[in-house]
Amino acid sequence: MTAPLRTLTAETDRPLLQVQGLTKSYGARIGCAHISFDLFPGEVMGIVGESGSGKSTLLSCLAGHMAPDTGRVIFDTGTGPVDTVTMAEAERRRMARTDWAFVHQNPRDGLRMGVSAGGNVGERLMAIGARHYGEIRATATDWLARVEIAADRIDDRPRAFSGGMQQRLQIARNLVTGPRLVFMDEPTGGLDVSVQARLLDLLRGLVREMGLSVIIVTHDLAVVRLLADRLMVMKGGHVVEQGLTDQVLDDPQHAYTQLLVSSVLQV
Amino acid sequence: MYVAVKGGEQAIDAAHAWLAEERRGDPSIAELTVPQIRAQLALAVNRVMAEGSLYDPDLAALAIKQARGDLIEAVFLIRAYRTTLPRLGSSRPIDTGRMAVIRRVSATFKDLPGGQVLGPTFDYTHRLLDFTLMAEGETPPAQTRPAVQPAGQGPVDVPHVTAFLNRDGLIQTEAASDTPPPDLTREPMELPAARPLRLQALTRGDEGFVLSLAYSTQRGYGRTHAFIGELRIGSVAVELEIPELGFAVEIGDIELTECETVNQFTGSKTEPPQFTRGYGLVFGQSERKAISMSLVDRALRWKELGEDFVGAPAQDEEFVLMHADNVQATGFLEHIKLPHYVDFQSELELIRRLRAEATAAQEAAE
Amino acid sequence: MTAQDYNFAYLDEQTKRMIRRAILKGIAVPGYQVPFASREMPMPYGWGTGGVQVTAACLTPDDTLKVIDQGADDTTNAVSIRKFFQRTAGVAVTEATDQASIIQTRHRIPEAPLTEGQILVYQVPIPEPLRFLEPRETETRKMHELEEYGLMHVKLYEDIARHGTIATSYAYPVKVEGRYVMDPSPIPKFDNPKLSDSPAIQLFGAGREQRIYALPPYTQVVSLDFDDHPFVASKADHDCDLCGAGTSYLDEVITDDQGGRMFVCSDTDFCRARREAGHVGRLGTPAPSLEAAQ
Repeated sequence: MTAPLRTLTAETDRPLLQVQGLTKSYGARIGCAHISFDLFPGEVMGIVGESGSGKSTLLSCLAGHMAPDTGRVIFDTGTGPVDTVTMAEAERRRMARTDWAFVHQNPRDGLRMGVSAGGNVGERLMAIGARHYGEIRATATDWLARVEIAADRIDDRPRAFSGGMQQRLQIARNLVTGPRLVFMDEPTGGLDVSVQARLLDLLRGLVREMGLSVIIVTHDLAVVRLLADRLMVMKGGHVVEQGLTDQVLDDPQHAYTQLLVSSVLQV
Repeated sequence: MYVAVKGGEQAIDAAHAWLAEERRGDPSIAELTVPQIRAQLALAVNRVMAEGSLYDPDLAALAIKQARGDLIEAVFLIRAYRTTLPRLGSSRPIDTGRMAVIRRVSATFKDLPGGQVLGPTFDYTHRLLDFTLMAEGETPPAQTRPAVQPAGQGPVDVPHVTAFLNRDGLIQTEAASDTPPPDLTREPMELPAARPLRLQALTRGDEGFVLSLAYSTQRGYGRTHAFIGELRIGSVAVELEIPELGFAVEIGDIELTECETVNQFTGSKTEPPQFTRGYGLVFGQSERKAISMSLVDRALRWKELGEDFVGAPAQDEEFVLMHADNVQATGFLEHIKLPHYVDFQSELELIRRLRAEATAAQEAAE
Repeated sequence: MTAQDYNFAYLDEQTKRMIRRAILKGIAVPGYQVPFASREMPMPYGWGTGGVQVTAACLTPDDTLKVIDQGADDTTNAVSIRKFFQRTAGVAVTEATDQASIIQTRHRIPEAPLTEGQILVYQVPIPEPLRFLEPRETETRKMHELEEYGLMHVKLYEDIARHGTIATSYAYPVKVEGRYVMDPSPIPKFDNPKLSDSPAIQLFGAGREQRIYALPPYTQVVSLDFDDHPFVASKADHDCDLCGAGTSYLDEVITDDQGGRMFVCSDTDFCRARREAGHVGRLGTPAPSLEAAQ
């Protein structure tokens, strides 16, 4: 299976996100170093590497969960490009609940486990001012259907859900307000293989349908092959190779990428 | 006709009179005097002074008497009194290195300059009830021996054990600072709190609470691998700078317990391997509290030392500081005794309505 | 304890100034919780120390003080606090709402409309309306700062999803002047509408939690709700059995062990005034006038 190569046309004339010289270290140890790339609207960027490669640090810096030591993360807001690193926290948090979304590897980190499925999906709507219970509930019901959760589970709490359902619920909760940029941290990690496949399928459908811009971090090449337009391969905090997903996976140039690809193929 | 309950005022007065009678107890037994409490229940007095944040053994003894031996109630009395006292000035920092020690032990060195002094300790007593005390027998006087401080001389320097380690760079150096510490009793607690504020909160925190937190770190909830570097008890001089005189004068002595722990530390993302410290300083002879305080202090320092937050209660600054004060805790706990019938009434109405609706829905379904 | 041993209204002048500064800041930023260095008071935390400190900072020798708890002047804690100020400040006290210049209250707003120049002081146990959704003070302060109030509505949403209605009956959260979400203290939601547009100054003191907040006169206060599940101020569906009032908040009194009960005004002064004016409820008898009572 090959990744859908979307035609990069008019909508892409201005990057949605520009990352310039991003570096973060922990004392003497490098988290990630000198990372630069552009992400265009509607594009899915995969970041792959083994654990400790710096991909999670990079994602945390991009999403504003962690302050980088140096570098800029420029996001094209409605009113123009803004460096989110130097932006006031108030503004960044406002952006995090409107324009941005973050899907955690562990759904427990991204869901309110004590709140019903409907409340989880409705929270972002209410955060941006929705005040009609019936409409919030209708939207939540609709979104549960889109992530294949039966409408009669709307008042159940996530604790009562399987791992796969929890993850789908987290996705619904994040996408309900139509974010312009979605960060995903190993969204299929920790799930059974069969459940992973179904979730990937669902994600691919949503990404296409909504034209989402996504940065997805994973160690699983199958995930990026299915979802990502472009790929960055990280090792030891540095990007060792990047390019279109198919090119990188089918014709890896860097020895480390070759190793990664071959180890997957052996499975 | 219904007569609404009245007479709260008489009820309160009567309750207070009864309380006073109960406090006195059987009048055929001699009344306990404040000097007796001060002299013979000294550790209770110490605890009330420490948690009441007021060094005054006479008032603490009075509070214990008035509170019928309820120490938290006594702490409360002292605190309420303390609030009304004007603040005349701040003493110079006390120098515990010039403490006239009555007890000084180190678990990390067999012997050390200044020596180990066991002092008046429960350690190594066999916990057997001493029925001679019940028979009001006289305790034989303790053997006197030359103290660390030779008679007739002022306090001598008793160097801190951690200073020996510090000379070799084996223990983390505490940066000196001339910044006046914040005052917990004059400013609202703002979080995150710096270490001086944390130490203030711990030293007046409830002994039981601080003890349990410290114990939890030993059992693995935020383990800090602590040894008692040094525990010392004794009196130190308090000096006050008199602006008119231009120098400091000694205004008295206070008894203190100081504990410094030496904690193993294998290094972190930001710090090299070296020993680290926890610190406890408490009014009076209160060594359980001082040791507990130093363990909790050390556990709370995870951030500055670049350690991981493992989710242990003792590492959680907001949890520890917001719940350490027993006067706050006991007041809020006991306020649920107060009438809440307005709130309860509104809950009643709600429950009745919800039940009525549920029953109606059920009947409609059937 | 005698008045001579302590400063007027117990607290020293410096402390009172510190509290007044916090009050002024609170009035300048309605609904914002101002941290203040709460003092230990001679009554326990949780028993109205915040309210007492605010009252102490506001009192002048010319004031007339009323203290109520659960709407009543004669509940034990109200008696205790009133006595405290009689001793330490020697101010005049009253049970009549319209005679008081300062009213300290726990859990109720008087039925009689307040007027300009009056100060209503609330005792607050937990000032943070977000506390039971988010236990961390550091986080809730940030949520207020950034107006991140989505979670508050999640709570109301959950209520409706589970019970078909908003199941918060007291300490019902409000939004002040379209900015801060505020806990009105544990007053029944029946009292919420009286918070808004009141001619009186409303001050809220939380001693243990070291917070003061305020509503200046004529502040807009809106109870949180949904468009299709609007806020309803509710009370027991009865009239007062003593004075016959149909619009006042009622206490339910169990009169025997056979399920007998009656409903009476929780606001004792309101009920007394109505009975003196000749109103009689189901189980009441015409009340003697004030003069006759004396």
